[in-house]
Amino acid sequence: MFEFKLPSLGADMDEGTLLDWKVKPGDTVRKGQIVAIVDTSKAAVDVEIWFDGVVEELKVSTGERIPVGTVLATLRELGAESPPLPVPPRTSASPPRISPAARKRALELEVDPLGVTGTGPGGAITLADIEQAAAQAPAAEMPPPPPSPPAAHAPAPVKTDRQVEMRKAIAAAMSLSKREIPHYYLAETIPMARAQAWLTATNAGRPITERLLMAVLQLKAVAMALRQFPELNGHYRDGSFQPTPAAHLGVAISLRQGGLVAPALHDVGDKPLETLMGELADLVKRTRAGSLKSSELTDATITVTNLGEQGVEVVHGVIYPPQVALVGFGRISERAWVENGALSLIPAVIVSLAADHRVSDGHRGALFLTELRGWLQQPENL
Amino acid sequence: MKMSYREALREALREALRNDPRVFLMGEDVGKYGGAYAVSKGLMEEFGPERIRDTPLSELGFTGAGVGAACGGMRPIVEIMTVNFSLLALDQIVNTAALLRHMSGGQFSVPLVIRMATGAGRQLAAQHSHSLENWYAHVPGIRVLTPATIGDARGMLAPALADPDPVVIFEHAQLYNLEDECPTDWRCDIARAAIRRPGSQVSLITYGGSLPKTLLAADELAREGIDAEVIDLRVLRPLDMATLAATVQKTHRAVIVDEGWKTGSLAGEIVARLTEECFYDLDTPPRRVCSEEVPMPYAKHLEDAALPQPAKIVAAVRELLNV
Repeated sequence: MFEFKLPSLGADMDEGTLLDWKVKPGDTVRKGQIVAIVDTSKAAVDVEIWFDGVVEELKVSTGERIPVGTVLATLRELGAESPPLPVPPRTSASPPRISPAARKRALELEVDPLGVTGTGPGGAITLADIEQAAAQAPAAEMPPPPPSPPAAHAPAPVKTDRQVEMRKAIAAAMSLSKREIPHYYLAETIPMARAQAWLTATNAGRPITERLLMAVLQLKAVAMALRQFPELNGHYRDGSFQPTPAAHLGVAISLRQGGLVAPALHDVGDKPLETLMGELADLVKRTRAGSLKSSELTDATITVTNLGEQGVEVVHGVIYPPQVALVGFGRISERAWVENGALSLIPAVIVSLAADHRVSDGHRGALFLTELRGWLQQPENL
Repeated sequence: MKMSYREALREALREALRNDPRVFLMGEDVGKYGGAYAVSKGLMEEFGPERIRDTPLSELGFTGAGVGAACGGMRPIVEIMTVNFSLLALDQIVNTAALLRHMSGGQFSVPLVIRMATGAGRQLAAQHSHSLENWYAHVPGIRVLTPATIGDARGMLAPALADPDPVVIFEHAQLYNLEDECPTDWRCDIARAAIRRPGSQVSLITYGGSLPKTLLAADELAREGIDAEVIDLRVLRPLDMATLAATVQKTHRAVIVDEGWKTGSLAGEIVARLTEECFYDLDTPPRRVCSEEVPMPYAKHLEDAALPQPAKIVAAVRELLNV
């Protein structure tokens, strides 16, 4: 038997509202399967489970607002015997506030307090509430535990203004970042002539739907460059850094109504550009529709932000904890360029690195940017 | 027969002095002056300076003399002006009177009665106004009484004198002028709490000078349709838990009104006992209405604000009932 708890879907999340269950008791689930949809301040997130098992009991009802770490469901391992059902069946992880006298009376009258609305101080269920509920229940019939009890005792799923919530979440994460992470910043102007030429040539022969965006090249180049710089890719937790072998790039996606989310594009270094393009388009679409998977919200190992479209020249990024670095791309524009004693006009972009000085130093950061520059000069190898 | 709380106390003293030659009263200004609160006025004329004895201003000294007299077979009544000053005699009361039976292996008992005024409300400022009854209720070996009615003022002294162990009687300074009918049969026990007003929805548990305020609060609540029961503890040590449990089993809610400071208060003890012994009868958390945690102010409006008042009691009940 093990417990499936509400995961933190980002450093800025400390609670969520269960919108829907995708499984029911008795269902067999596989690692990675979506089992529930949870509303966070950022999106309605498809929550994946991270082990195989059989759902024993759902502990939280839809509509309940619950803190991170709350047990959502209990599961037993595949092949394990189902234990006898606990009596009385519990359907909520957080018991309602109920007075001791009301609790005792509820047992005597066989009233399930979960279905009772509290009228006492702080919404607590009182003796009178239990007795009223017992009077309303059909006589000589024990009220069956409602499959989906009216969550009257729990705060109703309030339609929170998501923009307000998201602002709060971003505020919390960014404050944490600036409070705790000693950032250092480096920037490098990288020529983009070869990359642009290659992209134009590649896209020329493709239908519009299959064309690649420069963003995909940039993402792949970052992932390739990271292979030599594990100290920029991973998570800093509890006073130590854990590098991640794979590069899951958090792609900063601004939302039309304001705010932003940086969901993970998984294993960017190992995938061909065409695959990445498809996945990126899907990710952007789902982010803007507010439908992300929990792994996408938690797995990112570094963030890449591209503000070039907005016309900005250089980005000074704020790291998204617990990550340790952020790569920022500015606008690709024509610049005067001196090479081999000759002045020419070439497209170039200023790429910046904001990195966590607890984990890496400027020397290595500079080498990373040089490595990234190198990859962007050989787009055919990306 | 209508009489004042002060007269009822005086009648009780007079009766005791008449009935038992071993009884005598001593304290500061109890003789010629008639007592700081005029309780013993006229008694010296009636019983003479041998039995109504003015003492020097030394609580330690005359309380100790009272302990000695009690050990020697007398039935002394020691009057201490206020509970604040009784702290000077704390050693005699706590270390000697309360312990002698135990320390002497039962050879000595201390049949001493100590009367003292307590409480605020008369603009006597911080050093004359505190409610430290709980300091004594903490100590095994002492019985602590708080007469809050004319009947108890008249009736409690006799059983206190009959008790073979020390008894401390607290007379709330605001009660002395209280006038009411004295019951014809004023004889009473010094063991049980009393239901001063029966009710069904909430138990207001109080004692001493807070009883009249609590009864006023209950009247106000009744006008709002809330039926409150008022319990007068009468005896702070030992607590009559049977009566407290019975009222909470009936009403399922308790508000304790205690003029002492909340921290470490008798009210805190009652909440603890109710929680330990009546947990499954409680429908709301117990509440306390106590004095603000400040030295009692002299200014009238500040003194009023620092004390439990009917409005504060009513507000606490409303909060519990969520109305």
